[in-house]
Amino acid sequence: MSLLVDLFSIVAIGAGVFFFLAGTVGLLRFPDALSRLHALTKADNLGLGLVVLGLLPRSESLLAALKLVAIWALVQLAGATAAQLVGRAVRRKGTAA
Amino acid sequence: MSVLQALDIGLASLVFAVATWTIFAPGAFAATVGYVVYGLLLALVWIRLFAVDVALTEAAIGSGVTGVLLIGAAARLRTAGTAGDEKPLSGLSRLFVAVLCVLVALALAGVVLLLPDQGPSLAQQSMQALPETGLGNPVTAVLIAYRAFDTMLEKVVLVLAVVGVWSLAADKYWGGAPGEARAASPEPTLAFLAQILAPLGILVGIHVFWVGADEPGGAFQGGAILAAMWIIVMMARLTEAPQTNAFWLRVALVAGSLVFLAAGVAGAIFAGSFFAYPPGFAKPVILFIEAFMVLSIAVTLPMLVAGPPRREPRQ
Repeated sequence: MSLLVDLFSIVAIGAGVFFFLAGTVGLLRFPDALSRLHALTKADNLGLGLVVLGLLPRSESLLAALKLVAIWALVQLAGATAAQLVGRAVRRKGTAA
Repeated sequence: MSVLQALDIGLASLVFAVATWTIFAPGAFAATVGYVVYGLLLALVWIRLFAVDVALTEAAIGSGVTGVLLIGAAARLRTAGTAGDEKPLSGLSRLFVAVLCVLVALALAGVVLLLPDQGPSLAQQSMQALPETGLGNPVTAVLIAYRAFDTMLEKVVLVLAVVGVWSLAADKYWGGAPGEARAASPEPTLAFLAQILAPLGILVGIHVFWVGADEPGGAFQGGAILAAMWIIVMMARLTEAPQTNAFWLRVALVAGSLVFLAAGVAGAIFAGSFFAYPPGFAKPVILFIEAFMVLSIAVTLPMLVAGPPRREPRQ
């Protein structure tokens, strides 16, 4: 049972790290600001989500698990807002470079 | 080399790289972003050094509030432009400044490396005296009990900082409100964030203050989180900064220092010496002082960010 839980954690956190890596590569390599934003939000959303999912079975208590989920939700909120604000600034400026 | 050691070296190199990038960043805005990232990485360094209290303070005040202050300053500088009598430093003076900075950094690094492995420490005594304060977090005991006078003076410095910012106002604006007026239609994205985040943040801020007695946290960190919530509500222009001549605002600004000082004087009368707490009652007194400190910090930091008064006072 504990082997299964370990395996689950490793797979989920590994997948999360992959999304962070992919998001970072996108941030560095994509040609314009909006595509870079798109890449970044994937890292925030799926990357952190999967890392939290992998950590959930390892948390000490239900409260600790809920805190992890709350952190993910708050990062989602902040990330989505920041992406909207940057996107609007890009559109106002008129250039998407 | 273990995995953690490799991570530590990676983290340290990252801090160094971001610091270097911040120095050479093009423009004030980019440098500020670099500085905020640098502060957040430093918070991770403090966690690796098992100083969670310091990490919280670094993230909330060093990176968060200072970052907002610097971004505001950068934006104002951009609209103001550079003054006519300002000239960029010549190559030689730049080199001189750089050499001076490197020398200071090398001297500091040398001192750190020359420290004895077992430095002089008061950690043992502070842990021994901890039960007398009724607290569980030695950092809070140091701040509010062992060196209470220093912490009280730090609160006074914050009040002086606000006075300094306000005194930049033109005479006709003295007593008026700083910052932008409340908007008829607030920025929708920021308003959405502020409306969801502020209630949660207020809860988290009070929680961080309350658990600070026994766990990492405390008045500074909790107050800074509350301050951030007010700042974001003002940024979204859901509300405007209060008039600087408002009586409640001025009371809130000095409440932390005043209550702290009063508790110190009461210690001289009832507990035998200045800033002594009566045995058995130390914890309630400390939490009482901290509650007013939280209030003052939560009001002081947004007032620093809001800047000097820019509108004429209403009567």
